[in-house]
Amino acid sequence: MNVLIYLVPMALLLGLTGLAGFLWTLKSGQYEDLDGAALRILPDDDITT
Amino acid sequence: MAETLDLSSFVERGDAGTAHITLAVDGVGCAGCIRKIENGLTKLPGIIDARLNFTQRRLAVDWRDNEIDAATIIKALAGIGYQAHPFAPERAEADESKQAKALLKCLAVAGFAAMNVMLLSISVWSGNVSDMTQETRDLFHWLSALIALPAAAYAGQPFFVSAWRALRTRQLNMDVPITVGVVLALGLSVDETATHAAHAYFDSAIMLLFFLLCGRYLDLAMRRKTRVFAGNLASMQAEFAHRLDAKGELIRLPVAALRPGDRVLVRPGEVIPADGAILSGSSEIDDSLVTGETIPRAVGAGATVYAGGINGAGALTVAVAAAGAGTLVDEVERLLQKAIEAKSRTVRLADRAARLYAPVVHATAALTAIGWLVAGASFHDAIVAAIAVLIITCPCALALAIPAVQVVAAGQLFRSGVILNCGDAVERLAVVDTVVFDKTGTLTLPDPAVDAAAIDTELLQRAARLALSSRHPLATALARRARERVPYPRAVEEPGQGVRALIDGEEARLGSAIFCGLADGDTPPTPRDREASCIVFKHGGRTVVIPIRQSLRPDAVAVTQALKARGLNLIVLSGDRPEAVGPVAARLGMREWLAGLMPAEKIAVIELLQAQGRRILMVGDGLNDAPALAAAHASLSPITAAHLTQAHADALFLGEHLAPVLRAVVVARQARSLMRQNLVLTVIYNTLAVPFAVAGLVTPLIAAVAMSGSSILVTLNALRARLAMPRQPIIASTLSAAAKAQQSVGEPVSQKIGPLARASAELVP
Repeated sequence: MNVLIYLVPMALLLGLTGLAGFLWTLKSGQYEDLDGAALRILPDDDITT
Repeated sequence: MAETLDLSSFVERGDAGTAHITLAVDGVGCAGCIRKIENGLTKLPGIIDARLNFTQRRLAVDWRDNEIDAATIIKALAGIGYQAHPFAPERAEADESKQAKALLKCLAVAGFAAMNVMLLSISVWSGNVSDMTQETRDLFHWLSALIALPAAAYAGQPFFVSAWRALRTRQLNMDVPITVGVVLALGLSVDETATHAAHAYFDSAIMLLFFLLCGRYLDLAMRRKTRVFAGNLASMQAEFAHRLDAKGELIRLPVAALRPGDRVLVRPGEVIPADGAILSGSSEIDDSLVTGETIPRAVGAGATVYAGGINGAGALTVAVAAAGAGTLVDEVERLLQKAIEAKSRTVRLADRAARLYAPVVHATAALTAIGWLVAGASFHDAIVAAIAVLIITCPCALALAIPAVQVVAAGQLFRSGVILNCGDAVERLAVVDTVVFDKTGTLTLPDPAVDAAAIDTELLQRAARLALSSRHPLATALARRARERVPYPRAVEEPGQGVRALIDGEEARLGSAIFCGLADGDTPPTPRDREASCIVFKHGGRTVVIPIRQSLRPDAVAVTQALKARGLNLIVLSGDRPEAVGPVAARLGMREWLAGLMPAEKIAVIELLQAQGRRILMVGDGLNDAPALAAAHASLSPITAAHLTQAHADALFLGEHLAPVLRAVVVARQARSLMRQNLVLTVIYNTLAVPFAVAGLVTPLIAAVAMSGSSILVTLNALRARLAMPRQPIIASTLSAAAKAQQSVGEPVSQKIGPLARASAELVP
């Protein structure tokens, strides 16, 4: 069962990373315009040929 | 006269000469619009940033103050085809947005903790039936505690705070049993872990919080969505006033920015922006939105005017009054305060359930402990059994039963053009047995319409086209009939009399009877036309009297019949004259009606009816209806209602049809029956599960399965509402028909109605 010594912290660390990521997206306002974000990827006028 | 637009009340100044404004933009519908608006604006000199929030249809613009101003930005937007309206966020909206963020954070923490604790719990459950050593199990339990305790302390805040608030006022709400359940489950688990026992309930406690937070968040998200929509509509409806400054120059500014003592110019046909006294000018004022009275009253210098009245043919200069004692608005405010206090005593269904539920559950737990002690069990075992009862009955499903249905019902109503103002409106709408209607603007359309039945079409078209050149309210109503939207060239308006122009080489006149050469007695006020105002048109030797009257909403008869068929009593309470109210009530087959009522009398009638045990739904739009709306058990307002009135209605409805009233009642009744079903389901679940808990047979695994099972069950039952409430085709077609009617006119009827009709068209998926 010694494997737990690093597996459990790893699992927790991964979970915490996910949580931190979510809190960051929330803080940077990424949920404020969900419909707009879906549409903003469509126009491709930023591509210069 | 020069006219400048002053939007400074909407602009936020930043440091270093920057400024910011939020605009509600009308007509945004696709990905292209985002680019068009943002690129169009950022090309302008001085613009720092423009960002469109597509979900909310709002545009945030930042600019350098010395290079460009807000009025230019709005003009530039109009130039690329979008009507933008300055938008002042409401306090409630800002609060809810902050609340939503806090809830999302709690939800994220609870979600993270639930996943990780479950990871450990499932290992323990499988270990318990195989070869897990006691040391490993204890380690896993301690790890669970390490995750669950701080997470619960953080994510449980919304419940703990609300429970504490309720207890302090010596009341019970749903959050009290939730808090008790969570705290006891966590406490027991820590104790069990410390004593190396096999069972801990960390996962149950944290999962419970996670499910409940999901419910709360969805409820709030739905409310925010409707509030954003309503906020945009309000800013599109917001009216502008013309203020005269010291030099006599005209400044166009939002009504909200007017201060007492300001002098405002009210042109013919405009809405009076604020209460005040007339300084100069004379005119007739249509106070139908204020008092329900449809006959215009003549006013001159010194007369008092109320916000919302529509000016007739003369220009007025009005001194804005401070809200003083004795004005109508003051009286309305005073009545409102009283009515709101009375209403806060109604108890929500969920809290009523909690009041019954909590004592029963807590008594069962206590009896369980006593029973085990009497039966000779140890003190520890008796307490564990009692806490297991609390955990298994912790009202996860009960707390989700009602919000889940509310979310679905609010969505259904939103799609049929009913915007809920407050969360528990659905419950209250469902139990009404009497509907009280206001007449003017509610049963009838807010704007008067031409009764064209007996008039030659060609003649009417000519009159309507001539009416385009006049600003008189009656002419505006007539002009709406014009198919050709180009005014006749060289039409001359004679203030207070009418318009004339040359049509096909002959003079045509539109206006008062005298203006058109009719003697006073010649206008035929037949008994049928007593409630109509008349306008006369003369051309080529033919003279025609065009009656213009408040017309019923197109589906008023059908809707009132359908409401009656559903067992509701219908009553009309109007501030208008009996001669105007009687025929309307008769046409709709309503036997009970009262006319000429003051705001206080409307309230008195409603209180009398409520004292008889009736539950009243008040539907009204006038300023005089606001106290009655607040006093009634539930209330609805058309979106064209006075601002104060809208603020006190439980819900607003869009469009020119009355169908949303019926729809609101139908959906609310179905929602209530689903709520009751959900409550029954949870009671059944509890009666099945409690015996196991009392017997001490509930393991953490059973608790987890039972809890998620019941939560999913009530959520699915709530979603059934979408199937159980098929969209009545009449409603969808109502809205698109309203939108089509707008299109067929060619141009939006007026600035006020145009955005509303488009907004209602947007609602139809």
